Amino acid sequence: MSLSAHFHGKLGRFDLDVAFEAPGRGITALFGPSGCGKTSVLRCVAGLQRLNGRFALDGDAWQEGRSFRPTHKRPIGYVFQEASLFPHLSVRANLLFGHRRTVGRGVPEHIRLDDVVDLLGLGHLLDRSPAHLSGGERQRVGVGRALLSQPRLLLMDEPLAALDRFSKEEILPYLERLHGVLSVPVLYVSHDIAEVERLADHLVLLRQGRVVAAGPMQELQADPTLPIARMPEAGVTLPAVVEGREDAYGLTLLRLDGGHLLVPGDLGPQGTARRARIAASDVSLARHPPEGSTILNALPVRIVAAERQDDVQMMAVVALGEEGRGARMLARVTRKSWDALGLSPGQSVYAQIKGVALVQEAM
Amino acid sequence: MSWQPIILTLELAGLTTVILLIVGTPLAWWLARSGAWWKEAVATVVALPLVLPPTVLGFYLLMLLGPNGPGGWLASLWGARSMAFTFEGLVIGSVLYSMPFVVQPIRNAFEAFGDRPLEAAATLRASPLDTFFTVAVPLARRGFLTGAVLGFAHTMGEFGVVLMIGGNIPGQTKVLSVAIYDYVETLQWDEAHLLAGGMLVFSFTVILTMMMLEKRIGRGGR
Repeated sequence: MSLSAHFHGKLGRFDLDVAFEAPGRGITALFGPSGCGKTSVLRCVAGLQRLNGRFALDGDAWQEGRSFRPTHKRPIGYVFQEASLFPHLSVRANLLFGHRRTVGRGVPEHIRLDDVVDLLGLGHLLDRSPAHLSGGERQRVGVGRALLSQPRLLLMDEPLAALDRFSKEEILPYLERLHGVLSVPVLYVSHDIAEVERLADHLVLLRQGRVVAAGPMQELQADPTLPIARMPEAGVTLPAVVEGREDAYGLTLLRLDGGHLLVPGDLGPQGTARRARIAASDVSLARHPPEGSTILNALPVRIVAAERQDDVQMMAVVALGEEGRGARMLARVTRKSWDALGLSPGQSVYAQIKGVALVQEAM
Repeated sequence: MSWQPIILTLELAGLTTVILLIVGTPLAWWLARSGAWWKEAVATVVALPLVLPPTVLGFYLLMLLGPNGPGGWLASLWGARSMAFTFEGLVIGSVLYSMPFVVQPIRNAFEAFGDRPLEAAATLRASPLDTFFTVAVPLARRGFLTGAVLGFAHTMGEFGVVLMIGGNIPGQTKVLSVAIYDYVETLQWDEAHLLAGGMLVFSFTVILTMMMLEKRIGRGGR
């Protein structure tokens, strides 16, 4: 844990009191409904807004008691919801705005212009004016500009929220690539669970100015008591590695922690890391190994916990493997089936998986 | 006809504009960005010359600059009796008189772009001063252009204030508008026509040029 934050104070109509820690690597998502205070937390980290509290990165306190480091002295990169490029500067000058003020003053250069241009596909845009860019392009420049200021912490405030669906799909792969390449930790604010599941490793769940839960993404996803498990699209994203192929049927064999999955398509050579998303509504449970079923994937699992969601449905947490030592998944089943099969936590059963979505190229 | 009033007027307008840009810019910045509750009172004082009869402003200036006011005291430092009826006094009067025409457009321009560009600059390690010169001023350049042109043109045409505090001293305080008045008084219609017509053409050209420039900056800037 190398990033620790605690902010408290009055924020409009409610009191905000948020404390969390996050690892010094990977993407930590601050996730919650609109108006829960997540953007304010990010602005406090940047020093753009001031609440009481403290913030430290790798033991270096940016705010503590009365001491408060102004924004321009914090080694951050900030990506705003609207790219907020400088309209009077070219794309190149925008990209180099922070670079000039860091590398130009002796800060070691970890991220070079060429790298950013390659990574974000900005080559053909450099001499244009921001006015002549699409929303997605503008946001890519915004990300590049933030990266080139050599940040030790990258802050992203719903960078995709202002984009249409098409531009979003255009920019997400770039962010995923970034994730694979960069060693800079990222705080990522979002209210879109799909986006968060695609990108984040670590999750801080916020509601009404409080932290509801915080921890590694997989752990929180597989907690049936948290609000994200109640969403219709609840599910887990699990790290997976390509283990082999069934070429005759065009399938790829993926290894998960505690089991294997057959999924359609060619997912790259053996050893390729992927992220597999398994929705709770795509998992059903059976007491016996299913026979005469068209469903490819039926894995032995153990029921770890179960929570009644409403009058109709149960949410079960199952762990892969007969012993239940592997990765955890959610299964949404009807209460009628649950009772009819006499299921309860501790039992070994079979999980049938109807669909797997592959969300990320590399971890 | 003598060129003297024209040259004097251009000098006065040019110097006034430069001073106004130097003084007016930080003032406009403060008015645009400060949260102080009394800033609108300051803004009102700045705007007063818009509605105040120039003779009223001129009257108070005469009191201030005259031998018994602070201006007189100041003038005594270099052995003069008063700052009224001097070119320096005229500059002070013009600065006050034209201030709203410079401060208002610049303030509006500073307000127009909001906090975001300044915040973005801060997250990119630009200090407040750095941000001011590399982001705020370039983004507000239309306001500066408008302010400078209006300030200059407005000073060119001032009459009431000049008459009150400047009088009619050739080469010192006899500016264009006063000269025209003089010619009319003495029934020198041809000279009056020439100067008045010249002012008309000048004003037209200034405003036209400004509008074209604004358009151009507007296109290139966004």
